[in-house]
Amino acid sequence: MSEFFGSPHALLILVLAGFLPNEIWRMAGLWFGSGVDEGSEVLVWVRAVATAILAGVIAQILVQPPGALASVPDWLRYGAVAAGFAAFILTRRSIFTGVVCGEIVMLVGKWWLG
Amino acid sequence: MAALSRCLLDAGCFGQPYARNESKSHRSPLALPPLSSPSWQSPLRAFAWGMSSVASTVLTLVLFATYLGIGALAHDSHFSLGWALGSTLLVWAGPAQIILISTLGSGATAVQAAIAVTVSAIRLFPMVVSVLPLMKTPKTKRRHLLLATHFIAVTLWVECYRLLPQVPRERRIAFTHGLGCGLVTVCMVATTLGYGLAANLPQLFAAAILLLTPLAFLLSTARNCRQISDVLALVLGLAMFPLVSMLHTGVDILISCVTAGTIAYGVHWWRERERA
Repeated sequence: MSEFFGSPHALLILVLAGFLPNEIWRMAGLWFGSGVDEGSEVLVWVRAVATAILAGVIAQILVQPPGALASVPDWLRYGAVAAGFAAFILTRRSIFTGVVCGEIVMLVGKWWLG
Repeated sequence: MAALSRCLLDAGCFGQPYARNESKSHRSPLALPPLSSPSWQSPLRAFAWGMSSVASTVLTLVLFATYLGIGALAHDSHFSLGWALGSTLLVWAGPAQIILISTLGSGATAVQAAIAVTVSAIRLFPMVVSVLPLMKTPKTKRRHLLLATHFIAVTLWVECYRLLPQVPRERRIAFTHGLGCGLVTVCMVATTLGYGLAANLPQLFAAAILLLTPLAFLLSTARNCRQISDVLALVLGLAMFPLVSMLHTGVDILISCVTAGTIAYGVHWWRERERA
């Protein structure tokens, strides 16, 4: 069982650095939500920062790839994501097509490199 | 049997005002019963309808792909499977899990990870604020909404806007609980699969699973962009991270993204002022 869950220290970090930071904002929305105007300027800023954070996470995974992704050359990672994005735009924003296309470019590129 | 009785119910409602609503919901493979249907009288049935609605959206597939990636990421960053499953159940926000795993995995301290996750989670606040009024009735107490609030993340938020108008108001909380439980179950399975696959697959496939995360995130974020500030934030956030990461501050994401988001907001503010 201890092998399944790992060290208690890691689980404590999960609760303190993962669970609580998210739950705080959800509960804040539940408690103070009725007083906030949905179209307010603060929320536009919050959404912009939140979107930028997602973008930053995407960039981090691509620029500093974890684990097995590091075995794919830089140009192929960027190329695959660019191809996926192009397919997404061309198919009038189909997430599914974009993801499949990006994956195919990466797999074919890697296979071609040997 | 259930399908048969649903067909009968649907047929019985043709020619009524709900028929139009009904034909609209036929676009999804799993149509909900009309608002007047007696099957909405039981909260348990509403829960079951919510749970089976998971199968009616392509977003479930995106979510599945994302959590395959998260499972694989957790494995490659040397976390235990129990930890990965715990993060899916408790954190229940893909981006936050990825930030948590990648910052801790790259050797940052717990405090640095907590700060980055807290900032990324701010986006949940406006989601909760905008979606809860859809579920409330005059009799609803805050504690009734606790679990539904925990389930709110981008997929549930989008699906609530699509599905809740087809659910009678007094059954919406039960329906949301079903939808949330269904999505969490799918993601727990995906986390386990991703974790196992990363451990046992050839490197090429493990890399393909890890690439799912940035792809699915980039495209679903791009699809949710509604204003010029959202588009700018996405582009600037992508572009600024590589620059800021050269500074090696440990909180690179935080610095680059608050800057990018604020610039994007500034442009929005400036355009609004020009227009006024």
